[in-house]
Amino acid sequence: MICDSCKQADATVYLAKIVDGKLLKVNLCEPCAKQKGVEDAAGFAEDLLIGLGAAEEMKVEAPGAQCAVCGFTQADFKKTGRLGCSACWDAFEAGLGSLLKAMHKGDHHVGKVPAKAMHTLALNGKIHELSEQLEKAVREEKYEDAAQIRDEIRELETKLKKAASVARAAE
Amino acid sequence: MKIDDLLKSPSEWVKADGPNSKIVMSSRVRLARNIRDHPFPGWAKKPERQKLLELIQPVVEALPEMADHFGDSMDNITAIHKQVLVERHLISREHAAKNVGSGVVINGRETISVMVNEEDHLRMQAIKSGLQLKTIFKIIDRVDTELEEHLDFAFSPKLGYLTACPTNVGTGMRGSAMVHLPGMVLSDQINQVVQAVNKLGLAVRGLYGEGTEALGNVFQVSNQTSLGEKEMEVIERLNKVMLQIIEHEENARITLLEKKPKLVYDQIGRAYGILSNAHTISSKEALNLLSLVRMGVDLDIFPATARAMVDEMFILSQPAHVQRAAARKLTAEERDILRAELIRVQLASISKPNLNDRPAVDGGRVEPE
Repeated sequence: MICDSCKQADATVYLAKIVDGKLLKVNLCEPCAKQKGVEDAAGFAEDLLIGLGAAEEMKVEAPGAQCAVCGFTQADFKKTGRLGCSACWDAFEAGLGSLLKAMHKGDHHVGKVPAKAMHTLALNGKIHELSEQLEKAVREEKYEDAAQIRDEIRELETKLKKAASVARAAE
Repeated sequence: MKIDDLLKSPSEWVKADGPNSKIVMSSRVRLARNIRDHPFPGWAKKPERQKLLELIQPVVEALPEMADHFGDSMDNITAIHKQVLVERHLISREHAAKNVGSGVVINGRETISVMVNEEDHLRMQAIKSGLQLKTIFKIIDRVDTELEEHLDFAFSPKLGYLTACPTNVGTGMRGSAMVHLPGMVLSDQINQVVQAVNKLGLAVRGLYGEGTEALGNVFQVSNQTSLGEKEMEVIERLNKVMLQIIEHEENARITLLEKKPKLVYDQIGRAYGILSNAHTISSKEALNLLSLVRMGVDLDIFPATARAMVDEMFILSQPAHVQRAAARKLTAEERDILRAELIRVQLASISKPNLNDRPAVDGGRVEPE
Protein backbone atom coordinates (compact mmCIF):
# COMPACT_ATOMS: atom_id res chain seq x y z
CA MET A 1 0.00 0.00 0.00
CA ILE A 2 1.24 3.46 -0.84
CA CYS A 3 1.49 6.43 1.54
CA ASP A 4 -1.53 8.75 1.31
CA SER A 5 0.59 11.78 2.01
CA CYS A 6 3.68 11.60 -0.21
CA LYS A 7 2.20 9.05 -2.64
CA GLN A 8 5.66 7.53 -3.01
CA ALA A 9 6.86 5.37 -0.16
CA ASP A 10 5.18 2.22 1.13
CA ALA A 11 2.77 2.89 3.96
CA THR A 12 3.62 1.23 7.26
CA VAL A 13 1.42 3.26 9.60
CA TYR A 14 -2.28 2.50 9.27
CA LEU A 15 -4.81 4.66 11.02
CA ALA A 16 -8.53 4.18 11.16
CA LYS A 17 -11.22 6.08 12.97
CA ILE A 18 -14.97 5.87 13.11
CA VAL A 19 -16.73 9.21 12.97
CA ASP A 20 -20.50 9.22 13.04
CA GLY A 21 -20.53 5.63 11.89
CA LYS A 22 -18.25 6.32 8.92
CA LEU A 23 -14.88 4.65 8.72
CA LEU A 24 -12.00 6.90 7.75
CA LYS A 25 -8.68 5.30 6.89
CA VAL A 26 -5.29 6.83 6.36
CA ASN A 27 -2.12 4.99 5.43
CA LEU A 28 1.21 6.70 5.91
CA CYS A 29 4.86 5.88 5.46
CA GLU A 30 7.14 6.14 8.49
CA PRO A 31 8.70 9.54 7.61
CA CYS A 32 5.32 11.12 6.76
CA ALA A 33 3.77 9.76 9.96
CA LYS A 34 6.65 11.17 11.95
CA GLN A 35 6.53 14.49 10.17
CA LYS A 36 2.83 14.82 10.86
CA GLY A 37 3.22 13.86 14.49
CA VAL A 38 1.05 10.76 14.22
CA GLU A 39 3.26 8.69 16.51
CA ASP A 40 3.01 11.36 19.18
CA ALA A 41 -0.71 12.07 19.35
CA ALA A 42 -0.30 14.47 22.24
CA GLY A 43 -3.76 15.58 21.28
CA PHE A 44 -3.22 17.11 17.90
CA ALA A 45 -2.91 14.31 15.34
CA GLU A 46 -6.58 13.70 14.77
CA ASP A 47 -6.97 16.74 12.51
CA LEU A 48 -4.53 15.16 10.15
CA LEU A 49 -6.28 11.84 10.23
CA ILE A 50 -9.63 13.19 9.24
CA GLY A 51 -8.18 15.88 7.01
CA LEU A 52 -6.36 13.36 4.84
CA GLY A 53 -9.18 10.85 4.86
CA ALA A 54 -11.53 13.59 3.79
CA ALA A 55 -9.33 14.83 0.99
CA GLU A 56 -9.48 11.33 -0.43
CA GLU A 57 -13.22 11.58 -0.66
CA MET A 58 -13.35 15.01 -2.22
CA LYS A 59 -14.87 15.01 -5.66
CA VAL A 60 -12.61 16.40 -8.34
CA GLU A 61 -15.16 18.38 -10.27
CA ALA A 62 -12.73 20.88 -11.68
CA PRO A 63 -9.20 19.63 -11.26
CA GLY A 64 -7.76 22.83 -12.71
CA ALA A 65 -9.69 25.08 -10.32
CA GLN A 66 -7.51 27.63 -8.61
CA CYS A 67 -8.08 30.17 -5.83
CA ALA A 68 -7.82 33.70 -7.25
CA VAL A 69 -6.50 35.10 -3.97
CA CYS A 70 -3.71 32.68 -3.07
CA GLY A 71 -3.20 30.45 -6.12
CA PHE A 72 -4.01 27.23 -4.28
CA THR A 73 -5.35 24.43 -6.50
CA GLN A 74 -7.67 21.52 -5.91
CA ALA A 75 -4.73 19.21 -6.48
CA ASP A 76 -2.92 20.94 -3.59
CA PHE A 77 -5.93 20.22 -1.42
CA LYS A 78 -5.94 16.55 -2.36
CA LYS A 79 -2.29 16.36 -1.40
CA THR A 80 -2.44 18.13 1.96
CA GLY A 81 -6.05 17.94 3.13
CA ARG A 82 -5.73 21.66 3.91
CA LEU A 83 -6.86 24.80 2.09
CA GLY A 84 -4.65 27.73 1.10
CA CYS A 85 -6.54 30.74 2.47
CA SER A 86 -10.03 31.80 3.56
CA ALA A 87 -10.98 32.65 -0.04
CA CYS A 88 -10.33 29.02 -1.04
CA TRP A 89 -13.57 28.18 0.75
CA ASP A 90 -15.39 30.12 -1.99
CA ALA A 91 -13.20 28.89 -4.82
CA PHE A 92 -13.69 25.21 -3.98
CA GLU A 93 -17.17 25.46 -2.51
CA ALA A 94 -18.70 22.97 -4.95
CA GLY A 95 -16.29 20.15 -4.09
CA LEU A 96 -16.33 20.82 -0.36
CA GLY A 97 -20.08 20.65 0.20
CA SER A 98 -20.54 16.88 0.25
CA LEU A 99 -17.35 16.45 2.18
CA LEU A 100 -18.52 18.78 4.95
CA LYS A 101 -21.84 16.99 5.12
CA ALA A 102 -20.10 13.66 5.65
CA MET A 103 -17.74 15.10 8.21
CA HIS A 104 -19.96 17.30 10.35
CA LYS A 105 -23.32 17.40 12.09
CA GLY A 106 -24.76 19.92 9.66
CA ASP A 107 -23.82 21.90 6.56
CA HIS A 108 -24.11 25.42 7.93
CA HIS A 109 -22.78 27.36 10.88
CA VAL A 110 -25.08 27.96 13.85
CA GLY A 111 -22.48 29.02 16.42
CA LYS A 112 -20.79 32.26 17.37
CA VAL A 113 -20.85 35.21 14.97
CA PRO A 114 -18.24 37.98 15.29
CA ALA A 115 -19.76 41.36 16.16
CA LYS A 116 -18.53 42.84 12.87
CA ALA A 117 -20.24 40.13 10.85
CA MET A 118 -23.38 40.45 12.94
CA HIS A 119 -24.16 43.84 11.35
CA THR A 120 -23.73 42.41 7.86
CA LEU A 121 -25.81 39.38 8.75
CA ALA A 122 -28.64 41.59 10.00
CA LEU A 123 -28.56 43.60 6.76
CA ASN A 124 -28.56 40.41 4.70
CA GLY A 125 -31.52 39.10 6.66
CA LYS A 126 -33.47 42.31 6.14
CA ILE A 127 -32.73 42.30 2.39
CA HIS A 128 -33.87 38.69 2.15
CA GLU A 129 -37.10 39.57 3.95
CA LEU A 130 -37.79 42.59 1.73
CA SER A 131 -37.09 40.55 -1.42
CA GLU A 132 -39.85 38.18 -0.42
CA GLN A 133 -42.20 41.10 0.18
CA LEU A 134 -41.27 42.50 -3.23
CA GLU A 135 -42.14 39.26 -4.96
CA LYS A 136 -45.43 39.15 -3.16
CA ALA A 137 -46.24 42.75 -4.10
CA VAL A 138 -45.47 42.06 -7.76
CA ARG A 139 -47.59 38.90 -7.68
CA GLU A 140 -50.48 40.88 -6.27
CA GLU A 141 -49.86 43.63 -8.84
CA LYS A 142 -49.31 46.24 -6.11
CA TYR A 143 -46.72 48.07 -8.18
CA GLU A 144 -46.52 51.19 -6.05
CA ASP A 145 -45.63 49.12 -2.98
CA ALA A 146 -43.17 47.13 -5.06
CA ALA A 147 -41.34 50.26 -6.17
CA GLN A 148 -41.04 51.44 -2.57
CA ILE A 149 -39.71 48.07 -1.38
CA ARG A 150 -37.23 48.01 -4.27
CA ASP A 151 -35.88 51.39 -3.18
CA GLU A 152 -35.48 50.13 0.40
CA ILE A 153 -33.57 47.09 -0.81
CA ARG A 154 -31.24 49.30 -2.89
CA GLU A 155 -30.55 51.46 0.13
CA LEU A 156 -29.69 48.44 2.29
CA GLU A 157 -27.46 47.03 -0.43
CA THR A 158 -25.53 50.29 -0.52
CA LYS A 159 -25.08 50.06 3.25
CA LEU A 160 -23.90 46.48 2.92
CA LYS A 161 -21.30 47.44 0.33
CA LYS A 162 -20.10 50.27 2.54
CA ALA A 163 -19.77 47.91 5.53
CA ALA A 164 -17.72 45.48 3.44
CA SER A 165 -15.35 48.19 2.19
CA VAL A 166 -14.93 49.55 5.73
CA ALA A 167 -13.96 46.06 6.89
CA ARG A 168 -11.37 45.83 4.10
CA ALA A 169 -9.98 49.28 4.88
CA ALA A 170 -9.74 48.49 8.59
CA GLU A 171 -7.46 45.63 7.70
CA MET B 1 8.24 37.34 31.45
CA LYS B 2 11.20 35.10 30.53
CA ILE B 3 10.62 31.46 29.68
CA ASP B 4 12.53 30.31 32.76
CA ASP B 5 10.19 32.36 34.97
CA LEU B 6 7.21 30.80 33.21
CA LEU B 7 8.49 27.24 33.61
CA LYS B 8 9.76 27.65 37.18
CA SER B 9 6.54 26.39 38.74
CA PRO B 10 4.23 23.71 37.35
CA SER B 11 1.17 24.70 35.31
CA GLU B 12 -1.85 25.66 37.36
CA TRP B 13 -3.89 22.81 35.86
CA VAL B 14 -1.53 20.24 37.39
CA LYS B 15 -2.67 21.21 40.90
CA ALA B 16 -5.70 18.89 40.64
CA ASP B 17 -8.03 21.22 42.52
CA GLY B 18 -10.77 21.39 39.88
CA PRO B 19 -14.13 19.58 40.04
CA ASN B 20 -13.89 15.81 39.50
CA SER B 21 -10.12 16.07 39.28
CA LYS B 22 -9.70 12.56 40.72
CA ILE B 23 -10.63 11.16 37.34
CA VAL B 24 -10.54 14.15 34.99
CA MET B 25 -7.00 15.49 35.12
CA SER B 26 -7.65 18.53 32.94
CA SER B 27 -10.08 20.07 30.46
CA ARG B 28 -9.12 22.15 27.49
CA VAL B 29 -10.97 24.16 24.84
CA ARG B 30 -9.28 25.57 21.77
CA LEU B 31 -10.51 27.88 19.03
CA ALA B 32 -9.02 28.17 15.53
CA ARG B 33 -9.13 31.58 13.82
CA ASN B 34 -7.66 33.05 10.65
CA ILE B 35 -7.15 36.47 9.14
CA ARG B 36 -9.34 37.12 6.10
CA ASP B 37 -7.78 36.68 2.64
CA HIS B 38 -4.27 35.92 3.88
CA PRO B 39 -2.73 32.55 3.04
CA PHE B 40 -2.93 30.03 5.89
CA PRO B 41 0.45 29.32 7.56
CA GLY B 42 0.93 26.02 5.72
CA TRP B 43 0.60 27.74 2.34
CA ALA B 44 2.05 31.19 3.13
CA LYS B 45 5.61 32.10 2.16
CA LYS B 46 8.01 33.00 4.96
CA PRO B 47 7.70 36.81 4.57
CA GLU B 48 3.90 36.52 4.64
CA ARG B 49 4.03 34.46 7.81
CA GLN B 50 6.39 36.94 9.42
CA LYS B 51 4.15 39.85 8.44
CA LEU B 52 1.14 38.21 10.05
CA LEU B 53 3.09 37.24 13.14
CA GLU B 54 4.09 40.90 13.53
CA LEU B 55 0.43 41.86 13.19
CA ILE B 56 -1.04 39.23 15.52
CA GLN B 57 1.54 38.75 18.29
CA PRO B 58 1.32 42.33 19.73
CA VAL B 59 -2.49 42.20 19.72
CA VAL B 60 -2.44 38.95 21.70
CA GLU B 61 0.19 40.25 24.12
CA ALA B 62 -1.93 43.34 24.80
CA LEU B 63 -4.94 41.29 25.98
CA PRO B 64 -5.95 41.98 29.61
CA GLU B 65 -5.70 38.20 30.18
CA MET B 66 -2.07 38.41 29.13
CA ALA B 67 -1.06 41.18 31.57
CA ASP B 68 1.54 38.73 32.90
CA HIS B 69 2.82 36.62 30.02
CA PHE B 70 5.60 34.92 28.16
CA GLY B 71 5.62 35.60 24.44
CA ASP B 72 8.21 34.96 21.79
CA SER B 73 8.86 33.92 18.24
CA MET B 74 9.40 30.15 17.93
CA ASP B 75 12.93 30.57 16.55
CA ASN B 76 13.95 32.21 19.85
CA ILE B 77 12.86 29.24 21.95
CA THR B 78 15.29 26.35 22.51
CA ALA B 79 14.37 22.81 21.51
CA ILE B 80 14.22 21.70 25.17
CA HIS B 81 11.94 24.57 26.15
CA LYS B 82 9.66 23.83 23.21
CA GLN B 83 9.44 20.21 24.29
CA VAL B 84 8.67 21.26 27.88
CA LEU B 85 5.79 23.36 26.52
CA VAL B 86 4.53 20.31 24.57
CA GLU B 87 4.69 18.15 27.69
CA ARG B 88 2.65 20.77 29.54
CA HIS B 89 0.08 20.76 26.70
CA LEU B 90 0.66 24.47 26.06
CA ILE B 91 1.73 24.04 22.43
CA SER B 92 1.27 21.22 19.92
CA ARG B 93 4.03 18.96 18.68
CA GLU B 94 3.59 20.51 15.24
CA HIS B 95 4.06 23.98 16.67
CA ALA B 96 7.24 22.90 18.47
CA ALA B 97 8.70 22.16 15.03
CA LYS B 98 8.08 25.73 13.84
CA ASN B 99 10.69 28.46 13.77
CA VAL B 100 10.78 31.84 12.02
CA GLY B 101 7.31 33.24 11.36
CA SER B 102 5.50 31.45 14.18
CA GLY B 103 5.04 32.53 17.77
CA VAL B 104 3.43 31.75 21.08
CA VAL B 105 1.95 33.75 23.95
CA ILE B 106 1.22 32.08 27.31
CA ASN B 107 -0.15 33.72 30.45
CA GLY B 108 1.83 33.37 33.69
CA ARG B 109 -0.59 30.86 35.21
CA GLU B 110 -0.37 28.76 32.04
CA THR B 111 -4.15 28.63 31.76
CA ILE B 112 -4.29 30.43 28.40
CA SER B 113 -1.98 29.94 25.44
CA VAL B 114 -2.16 31.29 21.93
CA MET B 115 -0.17 29.75 19.09
CA VAL B 116 0.40 32.09 16.17
CA ASN B 117 0.84 30.51 12.73
CA GLU B 118 0.40 26.90 13.70
CA GLU B 119 -1.95 25.26 11.19
CA ASP B 120 -4.22 28.31 11.45
CA HIS B 121 -3.18 31.91 12.03
CA LEU B 122 -4.42 31.65 15.61
CA ARG B 123 -4.95 28.64 17.82
CA MET B 124 -6.00 29.80 21.25
CA GLN B 125 -6.67 27.50 24.16
CA ALA B 126 -7.63 27.58 27.81
CA ILE B 127 -6.78 24.65 30.09
CA LYS B 128 -7.75 24.00 33.70
CA SER B 129 -7.73 21.21 36.24
CA GLY B 130 -10.70 18.85 36.47
CA LEU B 131 -13.93 18.80 34.50
CA GLN B 132 -14.97 22.40 33.86
CA LEU B 133 -15.44 22.71 30.13
CA LYS B 134 -18.09 25.45 30.39
CA THR B 135 -15.92 27.70 32.51
CA ILE B 136 -13.00 27.14 30.19
CA PHE B 137 -15.06 27.82 27.09
CA LYS B 138 -16.16 31.15 28.58
CA ILE B 139 -12.54 32.13 29.23
CA ILE B 140 -11.40 31.42 25.68
CA ASP B 141 -14.60 32.84 24.17
CA ARG B 142 -13.83 36.15 25.86
CA VAL B 143 -10.28 36.14 24.56
CA ASP B 144 -11.70 35.55 21.06
CA THR B 145 -14.20 38.40 21.41
CA GLU B 146 -11.44 40.76 22.53
CA LEU B 147 -9.21 39.72 19.64
CA GLU B 148 -11.89 40.16 16.98
CA GLU B 149 -12.05 43.88 17.80
CA HIS B 150 -8.54 44.24 16.47
CA LEU B 151 -8.24 41.45 13.90
CA ASP B 152 -10.40 40.79 10.84
CA PHE B 153 -11.23 37.12 11.27
CA ALA B 154 -12.19 35.07 8.22
CA PHE B 155 -15.88 34.33 8.71
CA SER B 156 -18.64 33.28 6.36
CA PRO B 157 -22.31 33.49 7.39
CA LYS B 158 -22.84 30.00 5.97
CA LEU B 159 -19.70 28.16 7.07
CA GLY B 160 -18.69 30.14 10.16
CA TYR B 161 -15.02 30.61 10.99
CA LEU B 162 -12.93 29.54 8.01
CA THR B 163 -10.00 27.27 8.85
CA ALA B 164 -7.17 25.57 6.99
CA CYS B 165 -8.61 22.11 7.63
CA PRO B 166 -12.25 21.27 6.83
CA THR B 167 -12.49 19.38 10.13
CA ASN B 168 -12.36 22.66 12.06
CA VAL B 169 -14.58 24.93 9.98
CA GLY B 170 -17.64 26.41 11.70
CA THR B 171 -16.95 27.05 15.35
CA GLY B 172 -13.23 26.24 15.04
CA MET B 173 -13.68 24.72 18.45
CA ARG B 174 -12.32 21.56 19.95
CA GLY B 175 -13.04 20.71 23.56
CA SER B 176 -11.16 17.90 25.23
CA ALA B 177 -10.72 16.29 28.60
CA MET B 178 -7.78 14.25 29.84
CA VAL B 179 -9.10 11.34 31.89
CA HIS B 180 -7.34 8.85 34.14
CA LEU B 181 -9.01 5.45 33.75
CA PRO B 182 -6.94 2.75 35.48
CA GLY B 183 -10.06 0.95 36.72
CA MET B 184 -11.40 0.41 33.23
CA VAL B 185 -8.02 -0.64 31.89
CA LEU B 186 -7.46 -3.15 34.73
CA SER B 187 -10.93 -4.61 34.25
CA ASP B 188 -10.58 -4.78 30.44
CA GLN B 189 -13.55 -2.48 29.83
CA ILE B 190 -11.65 0.29 28.14
CA ASN B 191 -12.16 -0.90 24.55
CA GLN B 192 -15.93 -0.97 24.99
CA VAL B 193 -15.88 2.57 26.32
CA VAL B 194 -13.69 3.77 23.46
CA GLN B 195 -16.08 2.25 20.93
CA ALA B 196 -19.16 3.67 22.62
CA VAL B 197 -17.64 7.14 22.76
CA ASN B 198 -16.52 6.91 19.11
CA LYS B 199 -20.09 6.18 18.09
CA LEU B 200 -21.12 9.49 19.63
CA GLY B 201 -18.81 11.30 17.24
CA LEU B 202 -16.21 11.88 19.93
CA ALA B 203 -12.61 10.74 19.67
CA VAL B 204 -10.66 8.88 22.33
CA ARG B 205 -6.94 8.81 22.11
CA GLY B 206 -4.11 7.80 24.36
CA LEU B 207 -2.05 10.53 25.91
CA TYR B 208 1.11 9.49 24.14
CA GLY B 209 0.32 7.29 21.19
CA GLU B 210 -2.51 5.97 19.12
CA GLY B 211 -4.06 2.72 20.27
CA THR B 212 -6.13 2.05 23.29
CA GLU B 213 -3.55 1.11 25.90
CA ALA B 214 -2.58 4.62 26.76
CA LEU B 215 0.48 5.45 28.80
CA GLY B 216 -0.32 6.04 32.43
CA ASN B 217 -3.92 4.98 31.72
CA VAL B 218 -4.58 8.53 30.59
CA PHE B 219 -6.94 9.14 27.66
CA GLN B 220 -8.14 12.20 25.85
CA VAL B 221 -11.76 12.57 24.84
CA SER B 222 -12.64 15.31 22.36
CA ASN B 223 -15.35 16.42 19.94
CA GLN B 224 -14.78 15.73 16.26
CA THR B 225 -17.27 18.00 14.55
CA SER B 226 -17.39 21.78 14.40
CA LEU B 227 -20.12 22.61 11.89
CA GLY B 228 -23.88 22.55 12.44
CA GLU B 229 -23.87 22.73 16.23
CA LYS B 230 -23.58 25.61 18.67
CA GLU B 231 -20.47 25.79 20.83
CA MET B 232 -22.41 25.26 24.05
CA GLU B 233 -24.24 22.25 22.60
CA VAL B 234 -20.92 20.58 21.86
CA ILE B 235 -19.56 21.48 25.30
CA GLU B 236 -22.65 20.12 26.99
CA ARG B 237 -22.54 16.87 25.01
CA LEU B 238 -18.90 16.44 25.90
CA ASN B 239 -19.62 17.23 29.53
CA LYS B 240 -22.43 14.69 29.65
CA VAL B 241 -20.24 11.96 28.17
CA MET B 242 -17.47 12.83 30.62
CA LEU B 243 -19.83 12.44 33.57
CA GLN B 244 -20.81 9.02 32.26
CA ILE B 245 -17.18 8.03 31.85
CA ILE B 246 -16.52 9.13 35.44
CA GLU B 247 -19.40 6.98 36.65
CA HIS B 248 -18.17 3.96 34.68
CA GLU B 249 -14.66 4.37 36.02
CA GLU B 250 -15.93 4.62 39.60
CA ASN B 251 -18.04 1.51 39.12
CA ALA B 252 -15.14 -0.36 37.56
CA ARG B 253 -13.01 0.44 40.61
CA ILE B 254 -15.74 -0.64 43.04
CA THR B 255 -16.23 -3.92 41.18
CA LEU B 256 -12.49 -4.56 41.04
CA LEU B 257 -12.17 -4.02 44.79
CA GLU B 258 -15.07 -6.35 45.45
CA LYS B 259 -14.04 -9.12 43.09
CA LYS B 260 -10.27 -8.88 42.89
CA PRO B 261 -9.03 -6.81 45.83
CA LYS B 262 -5.70 -8.64 45.90
CA LEU B 263 -5.04 -7.82 42.27
CA VAL B 264 -5.64 -4.14 42.95
CA TYR B 265 -3.49 -4.08 46.13
CA ASP B 266 -0.77 -6.05 44.41
CA GLN B 267 -0.61 -3.63 41.47
CA ILE B 268 -0.55 -0.56 43.70
CA GLY B 269 1.92 -2.08 46.16
CA ARG B 270 4.29 -3.13 43.39
CA ALA B 271 4.08 0.26 41.74
CA TYR B 272 5.04 1.93 45.01
CA GLY B 273 7.80 -0.62 45.55
CA ILE B 274 9.40 -0.11 42.16
CA LEU B 275 9.10 3.67 42.12
CA SER B 276 10.62 4.03 45.58
CA ASN B 277 13.49 1.66 44.83
CA ALA B 278 14.29 2.03 41.13
CA HIS B 279 17.60 3.54 40.07
CA THR B 280 16.81 3.78 36.39
CA ILE B 281 13.38 4.07 34.83
CA SER B 282 11.95 5.00 31.43
CA SER B 283 9.24 7.67 31.20
CA LYS B 284 6.82 5.03 29.93
CA GLU B 285 7.31 2.75 32.94
CA ALA B 286 7.25 5.73 35.29
CA LEU B 287 3.91 6.95 33.93
CA ASN B 288 2.31 3.52 34.12
CA LEU B 289 3.40 3.05 37.74
CA LEU B 290 2.56 6.61 38.79
CA SER B 291 -0.93 5.95 37.44
CA LEU B 292 -1.34 3.08 39.91
CA VAL B 293 -0.07 5.19 42.79
CA ARG B 294 -2.53 7.89 41.73
CA MET B 295 -5.36 5.36 41.92
CA GLY B 296 -3.99 4.36 45.33
CA VAL B 297 -4.50 7.95 46.48
CA ASP B 298 -8.09 7.88 45.17
CA LEU B 299 -8.67 4.67 47.16
CA ASP B 300 -7.22 6.16 50.39
CA ILE B 301 -4.30 3.75 50.30
CA PHE B 302 -2.02 6.78 50.27
CA PRO B 303 -2.71 10.11 52.01
CA ALA B 304 -4.67 12.66 50.00
CA THR B 305 -1.73 15.04 50.23
CA ALA B 306 0.19 12.72 47.89
CA ARG B 307 -2.08 13.55 44.96
CA ALA B 308 -0.45 16.86 44.10
CA MET B 309 2.97 15.22 44.15
CA VAL B 310 1.89 12.33 41.90
CA ASP B 311 0.26 14.68 39.40
CA GLU B 312 3.36 16.84 39.34
CA MET B 313 5.52 13.77 38.74
CA PHE B 314 3.30 12.86 35.77
CA ILE B 315 4.67 15.96 34.09
CA LEU B 316 8.10 16.24 35.70
CA SER B 317 9.08 12.69 34.75
CA GLN B 318 8.68 13.36 31.04
CA PRO B 319 11.87 13.58 28.98
CA ALA B 320 12.20 17.33 28.44
CA HIS B 321 11.28 18.10 32.04
CA VAL B 322 13.94 15.65 33.30
CA GLN B 323 16.43 17.17 30.88
CA ARG B 324 15.57 20.63 32.16
CA ALA B 325 16.15 19.52 35.77
CA ALA B 326 19.76 18.69 34.88
CA ALA B 327 22.34 21.38 34.36
CA ARG B 328 23.88 19.67 31.34
CA LYS B 329 22.81 17.68 28.30
CA LEU B 330 21.85 14.11 29.25
CA THR B 331 21.85 10.88 27.27
CA ALA B 332 18.68 8.74 27.37
CA GLU B 333 20.34 6.45 29.95
CA GLU B 334 21.32 9.39 32.13
CA ARG B 335 17.78 10.72 31.91
CA ASP B 336 16.38 7.39 33.12
CA ILE B 337 18.76 7.51 36.11
CA LEU B 338 17.87 11.10 36.99
CA ARG B 339 14.14 10.37 36.55
CA ALA B 340 14.35 7.42 38.98
CA GLU B 341 16.15 9.66 41.46
CA LEU B 342 13.59 12.48 41.18
CA ILE B 343 10.74 10.04 41.77
CA ARG B 344 12.52 8.17 44.62
CA VAL B 345 13.05 11.43 46.51
CA GLN B 346 9.42 12.42 46.08
CA LEU B 347 8.03 9.01 47.08
CA ALA B 348 10.12 9.00 50.25
CA SER B 349 7.81 11.74 51.53
CA ILE B 350 4.71 9.55 51.43
CA SER B 351 4.16 6.67 53.82
CA LYS B 352 4.05 3.01 52.75
CA PRO B 353 0.72 1.88 51.30
CA ASN B 354 -1.83 1.10 53.96
CA LEU B 355 -3.22 -2.15 52.61
CA ASN B 356 -4.11 -3.96 55.83
CA ASP B 357 -7.45 -2.31 56.35
CA ARG B 358 -9.79 -2.48 53.44
CA PRO B 359 -10.05 1.07 52.16
CA ALA B 360 -13.39 2.74 51.90
CA VAL B 361 -14.47 3.17 48.31
CA ASP B 362 -15.37 6.74 47.62
CA GLY B 363 -15.38 8.06 44.12
CA GLY B 364 -15.76 11.59 45.43
CA ARG B 365 -17.83 12.68 42.48
CA VAL B 366 -19.31 16.17 42.63
CA GLU B 367 -22.42 17.36 40.90
CA PRO B 368 -22.07 18.56 37.29
CA GLU B 369 -21.42 22.25 36.89
